[in-house]
Amino acid sequence: MWRRLSTGVITMLFSKVLKASVRSGIRLQSSSAAAATASHSSQSAGIGFSFELTEQQREFQQLARRFAREEIVPAAPAYDRSGEYPVPIIKKAWELGLMNGHIPQEYGGMGLSIFDNCLITEELAYGCTGVQTAIEANSLGQMPVIIAGSEAQKRKYLGRMAEEPLMCAYCVTEPGAGSDVAGLKTRAVKMGDEYVVNGQKMWITNGGKANWYFLLARTNPDPKCPTSKAFTGFIVDADTPGIQVGRKEMNMGQRCSDTRGITFEDVRIPKENVLITEGAGFKIAMGAFDNTRPPVAAGATGLAQRALDEATNYALERKTFGKVIAEHQAVSFLLAEMAMKVELARMAYQRSAWEVDQGRRNTYYASIAKAFAGDIANQVASDAVQVFGGNGFNSEYPVEKLMRDAKIYQIYEGTAQIQRLIIAREHLGRFKK
Amino acid sequence: MSGRVLVGVKRVIDYAVKIRVKPDNSSVVTDGVKHSMNPFCEIAVEEAVKLKEKKLIKEVVAVSCGPQQAQETIRTALAMGADRGIHVEVTGKDYETLGPLQVSKIMAALAKKEDAQLVILGKQAIDDDCNQTGQMTAALLDWPQGTFASEVSFDGDKIKVVREIDGGLETIKIKTPAVVTADLRLNTPRYATLPNIMKAKKKKIANVKPADLGVDLTSRLEVVRVDEPPQRQAGVKVETVDDLVGKLKEAGTV
Repeated sequence: MWRRLSTGVITMLFSKVLKASVRSGIRLQSSSAAAATASHSSQSAGIGFSFELTEQQREFQQLARRFAREEIVPAAPAYDRSGEYPVPIIKKAWELGLMNGHIPQEYGGMGLSIFDNCLITEELAYGCTGVQTAIEANSLGQMPVIIAGSEAQKRKYLGRMAEEPLMCAYCVTEPGAGSDVAGLKTRAVKMGDEYVVNGQKMWITNGGKANWYFLLARTNPDPKCPTSKAFTGFIVDADTPGIQVGRKEMNMGQRCSDTRGITFEDVRIPKENVLITEGAGFKIAMGAFDNTRPPVAAGATGLAQRALDEATNYALERKTFGKVIAEHQAVSFLLAEMAMKVELARMAYQRSAWEVDQGRRNTYYASIAKAFAGDIANQVASDAVQVFGGNGFNSEYPVEKLMRDAKIYQIYEGTAQIQRLIIAREHLGRFKK
Repeated sequence: MSGRVLVGVKRVIDYAVKIRVKPDNSSVVTDGVKHSMNPFCEIAVEEAVKLKEKKLIKEVVAVSCGPQQAQETIRTALAMGADRGIHVEVTGKDYETLGPLQVSKIMAALAKKEDAQLVILGKQAIDDDCNQTGQMTAALLDWPQGTFASEVSFDGDKIKVVREIDGGLETIKIKTPAVVTADLRLNTPRYATLPNIMKAKKKKIANVKPADLGVDLTSRLEVVRVDEPPQRQAGVKVETVDDLVGKLKEAGTV
């Protein structure tokens, strides 16, 4: 009875399955079986600790998952080849409320917790991290305004993101200063009621598509001035005269994401666009990371999960030496280790997101999550290519893209090495008296 | 006319799940298995919400019969744009034997109680493939029916329904109140947007028992046995047409 489906249903189901080139059956079954049992059992049995999602969180996750499987997964290979900015997908994500989740409700946003945002981010990243990074860069650009903006600034710059599908960018890195933020050379000089900015920024995600930038520039030229007082955060409209947007950079992976160099030549910024006050910039720029590193870790986890699913499906189909390769221990052990890494990365980002939502400083957890997820995403993607064998190296199969996309997770939003510096500092700090 | 539309939504095993039969061959395994709204019910909800957006009707009420979990399916309908929900509580043995006859009695009773102008259902559920509930509901209410609808439009006080039939497309005009069942090409169901998912939490779901509607749930059917389809046997390759005819004759099919 259940197998005999009418032609109409077959067509619809087949097109649904075809559209999602990843057969989502295996993953959906395992995680939703858990969800199903969870909804049957009582709430966390009073032991306090809980891995359970609320019904609303599950619905958000379902929406993002469906959107990613039906809209992003089929379109991703073409965007990767062409490098074209995925405007239709971004527009649809915006319409569904999947973007700008961090913007508080009073400015027209969803006002979601970091945890809820991470759930959505992981699902979108599963589809394509290039698309997801373009969307996530919005959150990074908005975060300084959300945590440090005045009422007027928030209304003006966050409000407009909720009214139209606009992009923004976090404009801090320079050709000569990435990890060493204190080494920024872009200068902002106060002249009357304005600041005049000169300098060069590089590797700015959404650089060519942003409606406005969060800019970090040096306002105190004295080299002896402490970092915590030498920099200022600005909101800059992208159409301000003097801003030159560079060419779109051709990168190894996440190729549909727009990354550019931006040159500032005598750009005038009104003093109303200073965040908090002159000299407060460094702390704002760094403070944003506690909120954005968990979602980036979630993105890396989504990529790793995709790699694991693709490798597992392949391993259950491909036959060698008389059986499916999943039955060879070498391959099943590979898959087991990939699974371990994905589960742990997920727990790590969830903890770091939960910590900051509780109102606590989560730097330790956020760095651990980002460092771990970035590293395992690379390992898992590489292992996935290995499982596919020769086919994995080929562009007709989805895993080589995952391997290329994964690398940047060890670099942006704080390199793997910087994360280790932070973790060591936080960890040792707990031991010192 | 009340401008109220009743939409039936059924919670079924998700289409992507591999179905397994219980070891005792009594039924299919449902515990711990992913469930979602029947795809044709999604199309029905979409159509109702579209009619409301065109201001042709005033209120969309989503109805589901089943245990506590049926409320999740109603919430999905609310997130898609339905205004309120009615959960008809059916549990245990009654739920196991719940079929089109019982559901259509419930839908008919609710249609009268809610003074519905239109009842929209999916043409069939993907678990039992009955394709009966819409037709039975119309018969019980003595209302006209437009089944296998691929297009629905309002024409004065009548509804124009384009039906998908074996020979092609048939266009009929039926008076309201009426029952319509949704076929595949009627529309493409929307994603529930995140804001709508949050708004859906505030929408009301009323709890009703079948006894309150005066409906008798006794089943007239008894499921004797459930089996998986037979495993597909390997075929045999033959070299010539004569060989083929020979083999068919051997098998007694020619």
